[in-house]
Order: sequence, then C-alpha cells, then structure tokens
Amino acid sequence: MTNFFSTLSILAAAEGDKVVEFSDGGTLAEFAWLIPVVPLLAAFAIVFWGKKLPQKGWELAVGAMGFVGLYGTVLFLSNFSQGITYEGSVNIAQLGDMAVEWGWMVDGLSIMMYFVVGVVGTLVFVYARSYMDGDIRFTWFFASFSLFAGGMLVLVSAANFIQLIVGWELVGVASYLLIGHYWESHENSSAAIKAFLVNKVADVGLFIGAIMMSVSVGSFRFTDILHAVEEHDGTLSQVAFWAGLAVFIGAMGKSAQFPFHVWLPDAMAGPTPVSALMHAATMVTAGVYLVGRLFPFYLTEGFAEEVRVVIIIVGALTLFLTGLIALVQNDIKKVLAYSTLSQLGYMMAAMGAGAYTAGLFHLFTHAFFKALLFLGAGSVIHAVHSNNMSDMGGLRKYMPWTYRTFVVASMALAGLPIFAGFFSKDEILASLNYASSNFSASVGGGSVATVVLVMAIAGAFITAFYMTRTVALTFFGEYKGHGEPHESPKLMYVPLIILGAFSVAAGWINIPGITSWFTDAVGARFQIVADHHATSFDVPMLVLGLAAALGGIALGWRIWMPDRETQSARDTFRINGLYPLLENKYFIDDFYMGAIVRPLRGPVARSVDWFNGHVLDLVVNGAGFMAAATGKLVYGFDQRGLDGAINASAGGAGKMGGLLRLTQTGRIQQYVVGMFIGAIVIVAGFVFFGQ
Amino acid sequence: MILNQFLILGAFLFSLGMYGVLVRRNAVLVLLSVELMLAAVNINLVAFDAYLRDAIAGGQIFALFVITVAAAEVGIGLAIVLLIFRNRQSANVDEMDLMKL
Repeated sequence: MTNFFSTLSILAAAEGDKVVEFSDGGTLAEFAWLIPVVPLLAAFAIVFWGKKLPQKGWELAVGAMGFVGLYGTVLFLSNFSQGITYEGSVNIAQLGDMAVEWGWMVDGLSIMMYFVVGVVGTLVFVYARSYMDGDIRFTWFFASFSLFAGGMLVLVSAANFIQLIVGWELVGVASYLLIGHYWESHENSSAAIKAFLVNKVADVGLFIGAIMMSVSVGSFRFTDILHAVEEHDGTLSQVAFWAGLAVFIGAMGKSAQFPFHVWLPDAMAGPTPVSALMHAATMVTAGVYLVGRLFPFYLTEGFAEEVRVVIIIVGALTLFLTGLIALVQNDIKKVLAYSTLSQLGYMMAAMGAGAYTAGLFHLFTHAFFKALLFLGAGSVIHAVHSNNMSDMGGLRKYMPWTYRTFVVASMALAGLPIFAGFFSKDEILASLNYASSNFSASVGGGSVATVVLVMAIAGAFITAFYMTRTVALTFFGEYKGHGEPHESPKLMYVPLIILGAFSVAAGWINIPGITSWFTDAVGARFQIVADHHATSFDVPMLVLGLAAALGGIALGWRIWMPDRETQSARDTFRINGLYPLLENKYFIDDFYMGAIVRPLRGPVARSVDWFNGHVLDLVVNGAGFMAAATGKLVYGFDQRGLDGAINASAGGAGKMGGLLRLTQTGRIQQYVVGMFIGAIVIVAGFVFFGQ
Repeated sequence: MILNQFLILGAFLFSLGMYGVLVRRNAVLVLLSVELMLAAVNINLVAFDAYLRDAIAGGQIFALFVITVAAAEVGIGLAIVLLIFRNRQSANVDEMDLMKL
C-alpha cells in the first residue's frame, strides 16, 4: 500500500507532461492467464465432483471467483501506481501466415474488467449460496455460473479475435444455461432460446468484422490491428467502415443495444443472482468492452470514424426508449432490466462521442450499483415470493438492510452527488457537450451530439423518475403481499452492504480536477487512446444533470407517495396515448415475431420436414438395407468358413490335451525332476553351443 | 583371488539342496532344502561380486534381495505346510497330489 500512495504523488507530478512510462507488470502479469483458467477449471470440477463436496460445489465456485477478485484487486491497485501493459501469448496453431494464439492481455482496460468481474462476481456468488439454497440443480447452477464468469474472463483477457470469439460464445452458452435454469416452465426455456438466437444473429456481424480486420492486417492480434491503425495502413483503411460496423453489430447484440435489446428483459427468467452478474459485470458489458478494446480504430480518421455516428445514435435511442419502458413495468426485475438497457445506452453513446474514459467509467460504477439493485430485488423477491411490485410495499420496516442498500443504489443510479453514478453520468454529459462543439464533420457534425445530449439529460430525468417509483412501490406504504416478509439471511445482506460501499465510493477515483486515477488506469494501453476527458467540472452540464435527477425524484415522489395509503392508482400509472406503446415495448417483439420468426418458422419447418422425410430417411433406409445385406454375407462366411476352422482347431487342441494329461501326475517331486532336467539341458546347451 | 573354492562350495550346497528336494518326503525338510539351494546361489552371487569388483556391488545387493524374498517365501511356505498338516495330520509330499486332473 505504501507503494500505492507514494506513486499517487508521482502521478500528480507527472500530470503536466503527458509522457507516461508503463511497466510490463512483472510476474503478476505473466501469471494473469490463471484469471480465466481458474473459474473454467472450477466449472468442470463442480460438474464432476461438486455433489460430493460438503457445500455441493459452491465452495469451488466461490473460491475460484475469490481468487479472481483478489488477483484483479492486486492488479487494479498496482495499475494505479504504474500503468501496466503486458501481452502474453501461446501459439496454438498456424492458419496460413496467421498464428492462432491463446493470449492474455494485461492492460488498463482488461485489468479494470478483471477487477469488476472478480469483485462483483465474488459477492454475487456468496449471495447466491443463500438465495439458491434448496434448489434442485444447486450444483449444476454453480457449475454453469462459474462457466459464465470464466467465459467472460476469457473474453476480457483475449489478446486476439479468435480467443475473444471463444469467450464471447462461452458467455453466450453459459447465459443460455443460466437463463433457462428453471426450464420446467416453457416461458423460461423460450427466454433462453431467444437470448441465444438474438445474440447469434448479432454474432454474425462480429465474425464478419473480425475476419475483415484480421485478414487485411494479417494477424488476429488486437495489438497488431491497432498498430496498423497507428501506421495508417491502407488495406485496413479500405475495409474499415464495414468492418467497424460489423463488429459494432456484434457488440450491439451482447450489450443489448436497440434493436437487439429484446433478449435482455426476457433474460430475467433466470435466477436473480444471474441477472445481477449478467447486468453488472458480465455479458452485457462485453459489447462496450469490445468497442473500448478497438477504440483507436473507431477514433482515428480514415478508419471506422464514421461508424461512431451509428454508435452514438444507437446508444441514444437505447438509453431513451428503454428508459421509458421501465416506467410501466410491474415486475421489479423488469424495471431494473430496462434500466440496465438505458445505462448501456449511456455507455455506448459516450463511446460514440469519442469519450473512452467516460463510457468505461460508467461501466465501472454501474457494475456496482446495478449488481446491488438486482441483489436487493432478489432479497425482496426471496422475502415476498413474488416479482410483482403490486405484491410488495412497506418493506422498509421488514427488511431494513435491503431497504437502505437499495436506496443507496437507486441514488447512485439516479446520479445524486457523492454517489458513484453522479460522477460517471456527469462525465458522459460533459463529453457529449464537448462533442457537440467538437464532433468532426465527417461523422455528422455537432448537431447529432447535441440531440444526443438532450436525450441523455431527458434520460437522466426518466431514470430518477422510475427509480423513485420502484422504491416507493416496494418499500413504502402498506405491505400488500401474503405472509410475513422478513430480512434475508446475513450471507445475503452482507454482500449488499459491501456493494453499497462501492456504490458510494467507486466514483471518487475520477473526480474531474481532483482525481484522475481511473483515467490514467484505463489509459494504460499499448496504443494510447487520445480521448478527451474532463479536467474540471462542466458546470452547465452538472447543473442540468442534477436538475433532471432531482426533478425526476420530486415528480416521482409527488405522484406515488400520496397514493401510498390508498393504493388505488398506484399500479395503474397511465400516460394516455403513450402507455399502450410502452406496455407493448414499441411492438418490437411483435414485429420480430410477425416479420421474422413466423414467416421463417413455417417454411423452415416444412423444408426441414421434407428434407427429413425424403433425403435423410433415404440415407437411413439405404444404410439399413446395406447393413442387412452385408450381415447375410457375413453370416454365411461365419457359419461355413470360420466355424469349420474353429471346430477343427478345437478338436486338435482336445487331443493334444489328452496326451499332455499323462504327464500331470500331481507328484511335486516328479515336477521338480522335470524342472531340474530342463535346467540341465539349458545349461548344457549354453556350455556346448554357446558363444 | 580365490574363486573356485567358493564355486565348489556353492555347487556342493546346491546339489545337497537338490537332493533333499527330490528325495525327502517331509514337506518341512523340502522347504529347508530349498533354502539350502538359495544359500548356494547367494554364495555364487557374492563370490562373483567380489571377484569382479563390481562398482555398485550389484551381486551383494542382489543377494540381500534373495535373502529377503526367501524369508517371505519360507513364511508363506511354512504356513501352507502347517495348514495342510492340520487338515490331513500329515506333511508327506507324496500324498499332496490334488493337482492331478
């Protein structure tokens, strides 16, 4: 720790001149390959031996995550003292001129992700022990949960596109398993399939983009691709726009950006700890991470710079439209799911505006308070046995710890000062404001950024509004459910308190003008990301953002709090005209169902049936007929040829046995004589015929 | 170096043991004769080891192994003989012909 504090002053001194030396991280970075490997090994170990362990495999899962959390924290702290850039790789195969490698990237960006995934993951795993207690697939749950976290860490540690895709798909598969954890209900298994298929559609974009970039550079490595960007490589530049767009489509799928957002709210079908991890640290952050990883590619003129217009617009649409849907949801988890979508929109919009640090900073702070919100919601659901806010109310009295932490997280999400979300959201608003006057003309000019800025401020208002609604409906008024709710066990609310501390303090590491630790930390990369980040507060944006948040809270309080005694209009909040649109989620799901799934399903089903009936059956029947004919042939040969030979040799053996039988008298001493004569014969043979 | 004397002693002991194994009818004495043959072999091993000045003393080590294995073998052998005697009140090897088909 002394190292950490002493170097803070060095960092402060080095602020003036921009030359920053990075270390290679030493042994700590060399062994960082353990970070993805340990949870994956734990996942397999749980599958094989989990049931025999006293905690049914939970101890392996939480041990592996604890290891990652600890490793991530150590790396994170040492990255503060001096930026680490390290790329390890092991060659696996050769594809023409291109090496297929297993790599592990240890730089500011991935270290930040290790820290977030590790710390949030450990807390969620601890919480899940109690939440999942008594579940029939308890062991299997922790196996797939470890696989999920491990897949994310493979993705984050990837130093090349191949490994990134491996991690990307591992996360996809594990999310399918986890969302469909309660597969007995048809709804849950179709939610799992939906998540998987929507992601798959977007993944095609990632594959195409990855192939275009890698082939034109001649290497799968990110460092090589970004180096080519630095060198203004002509071949890469030619495909840059389409490659950048394709990769971004992949990122849109994983990060659930409009219009690929439809899978995320349905993914609530999984157990609540899954939602907490999926929405906070794992999976949905992958898309933002990928854009961050390739950021110089999107930032540099002559490459995929134009794609940023798409990114910022998609981000703005996502943050605004999904925030509105959150207003009309009755299921507490769905409110939080739409809130996640909205916050992911903020991150993407910041990325599109060219604000690398702001986007990642929001990812960082959001991970803590959104995990806390989900775990708090899980605690509530655990107590009242219902997801619907109409069955809650008044829980403030029954669940003091859940109430306090949930309110802290809500304030962080709404962006009240001191809390983490305030600093990150403010930084995004400031970046958008900066972009509105500095966005280069080739990407649509400043007017786009200005529109996005207005939407972002409106989004801040909506966020505060629906969070006030959620808190009011859940924790205030009278309890409306069945039974007597009670506070969750210690194993569940202690992680909440720890996450609460992070939700307050996580923002303090990047206060404009005071601390820039986070900026320096994520800036530690092989290719320096020259983004704009605020060195002092952007006061107009600060005031606007704060006013939006306070306004949202005040309006929310005014609408729902007077109603808390009568509860007549509480769950029937209506906005004429807009409500049906929001209730049906802009009919996007219905559109997909009607325009894509249904038209495809019939013909596809019919053609598959025809193929099955005509082609496959023909093959199968032909193979059956051939097998029967061959069998007859073999039978004849077996009966006549082989059996004859076998019977004859058996008869011969029997006769020989009869002869040899005479020598077996049972007298030991006769045998010894035989042995002795044999030994003499052998010795005599050596003596006379030897040499 | 005197080698022949040891070899002659070994050969004599071995022949004595062989005779005992072939002629004696009492199972305990047969076992004793087997021990005699093993002792003869050990004498040969040690004699050649000393004669060839083996650097790793392989012959001596091997002799030690033979002694160890012989001890174990006598332990098992005597136990078998004892059980046979209990069952049949006799330790005559001529009567032990159950291995005949």
